[in-house]
Amino acid sequence: MNRIKTIIKKEWAEVFKNRMVLFTIIFLPLLLATLPLIILGVSGGFGMEDISDGLPGQFTQVCPEGLTGGECFQVMMVSQFMLLFMMVPLIIPVNIAAYSVVGEKTTRSLEPLLATPITTLELLIGKNLAAVIPAVIATWGGFLVFAVGAGIIVQSVNVTRALISPVWLFAVIVIGPLLAVLSVNFSLMVSSRVTDPRAAEQISAVIIIPVLVVFFGQIAGLFFINASIVLGTAVVLLFIDAIMIYLAERVFQRETILTRWK
Amino acid sequence: MIVTENLTKEFESVLAVDHLTLEVNEGEVFGFLGPNGAGKTTTIRMLTSLIGPTAGTAAVNGYQIGKEDKQIRQTVGILTEAPGLYENLSAEYNLEIYANLYEVKDPKGQVEKYLRMMGLWDRRSDEAGTFSKGMRQKLALSRALLHEPRILFLDEPTAALDPESARLVRDFIAELRKEGRTIFLCTHNLDEADRLCDRIGIFKTHLLVVDTPDRLRTQVFGRKVVFHLIKADEMLAGILRGLPFVSDVRLIDNKLVVNTDNPELHNPDIIRLLVGQGADIQFVGELRRSLEDVYLQLVRETHE
Ligand SMILES: Nc1ncnc2c1ncn2[C@@H]1O[C@H](COP(=O)(O)OP(=O)(O)O)[C@@H](O)[C@H]1O
Ligand SMILES: [Mg+2]
Repeated sequence: MNRIKTIIKKEWAEVFKNRMVLFTIIFLPLLLATLPLIILGVSGGFGMEDISDGLPGQFTQVCPEGLTGGECFQVMMVSQFMLLFMMVPLIIPVNIAAYSVVGEKTTRSLEPLLATPITTLELLIGKNLAAVIPAVIATWGGFLVFAVGAGIIVQSVNVTRALISPVWLFAVIVIGPLLAVLSVNFSLMVSSRVTDPRAAEQISAVIIIPVLVVFFGQIAGLFFINASIVLGTAVVLLFIDAIMIYLAERVFQRETILTRWK
Repeated sequence: MIVTENLTKEFESVLAVDHLTLEVNEGEVFGFLGPNGAGKTTTIRMLTSLIGPTAGTAAVNGYQIGKEDKQIRQTVGILTEAPGLYENLSAEYNLEIYANLYEVKDPKGQVEKYLRMMGLWDRRSDEAGTFSKGMRQKLALSRALLHEPRILFLDEPTAALDPESARLVRDFIAELRKEGRTIFLCTHNLDEADRLCDRIGIFKTHLLVVDTPDRLRTQVFGRKVVFHLIKADEMLAGILRGLPFVSDVRLIDNKLVVNTDNPELHNPDIIRLLVGQGADIQFVGELRRSLEDVYLQLVRETHE
């Protein structure tokens, strides 16, 4: 336990000295939280009470009962961008893990570290938590900013309730951390193979592609995020996370690090 | 303290260490000499449980490698080939991390002790990245000592240091030896090995020889004594050649270079004989070959 804490503190001391990483952790969630708020503010002023005729059929289907056409449109628009918000727990760990692993490689600091009695699992857990904790805090913090902002901007209680629904709360509270774990282990593995933190980040960034696919799929009207999709995603992610941790632990064996990491 | 038996490491296509059988005693400074790529670092990595051997066994401090790795890591200290410091963390924090990882009893106290000992205390808050090579090496050496290991592995500790820093590190190793620690020292610097090591092993994938530096010298070149005379000549050389304990005599200017197996015993006889012949002796001294000559001779022999 103490060793894990030592690793986490050391990772943070190092990584937060990097301005780019710090910038990403603070501004990415803020940006993605204010974007839907702006949409809310702008679309709220249109007075679109009568546009329900023009809405695609699925819209009214998914909207909760008791919303006017305009309110429903508002909820739909904002939900699209909420989805982009799920990029926060994916992008932040990529930044942290890429800098920490590639940094250790260039200064060759892993060898003396591995010569200490630390177990590879402790090291892996330390690196995981060092990246997951800030990502989760940023995700939850960003969502809090959005929820508070929406509460102020939106007058209709129905709209607020639809926006801060159990589905989205579940997505942010449960899926957020699961995505962060997936992301950090993926970038740890990628970082073990490259020597440049930027390359590591760029390769690891492919991890946001699934979120973008869902985003555009939803815009194109292929499907809408609902409770069963979110629950299903959580189960699948749990499974993928387990595999990723297993693979990362193999990459993090002493012998592998010293003889195969270049 | 360190016992290896047929320790072998083969990478995919490279045989790095081949059937190394070796014993290093407690309190000994053992010099492990060999050219680049000889397999020295690989050997250290196996003995510190960083990588596993492909064949053979070894025990360090009584613990079997591959079986009691955690105990080995807890009891040995290692100075890796690259210092591997966290460059944007302070010197003090670099050490604190390791004090915590080794779970030393008084982390702050140990960190201060070694920072002061190495003369880095005043710079403790500076980032390690701002340090000179010599300071980095001293910091890395402190890091290896925080948990007071009885066995130390030093991988080329003075390579890439300027003479002054190298001297400091060398003096420090001599101090550690006085404290009775066992030291496994990999080095290229033969002069350093000669001065610091109780025994040396010359190694190039295989262990070529192991012995004290002096015995290796004798083994390779025999012992030679030089007699400086005011005037030396062939006649005197001939007389010495007739002695039963002298194997060879060469005349160089006014010097007689005499090969003899036991100069301590026979030099007085030779001196008496020379004086009896009316020779005026100015100096008598042993011709010490440098360890470098010994090393080059041995490495060359194994090439043939
Ligand atoms: N991870 C590795 N994979 C393949 N070959 C290696 C690896 N590490 C070392 N070697 C090879 O093993 C040999 C010994 O290397 P090393 O132990 O570093 O030598 P030294 O420290 O004596 O210079 C060299 O030929 C080197 O190329
Ligand atoms: Mg080496």
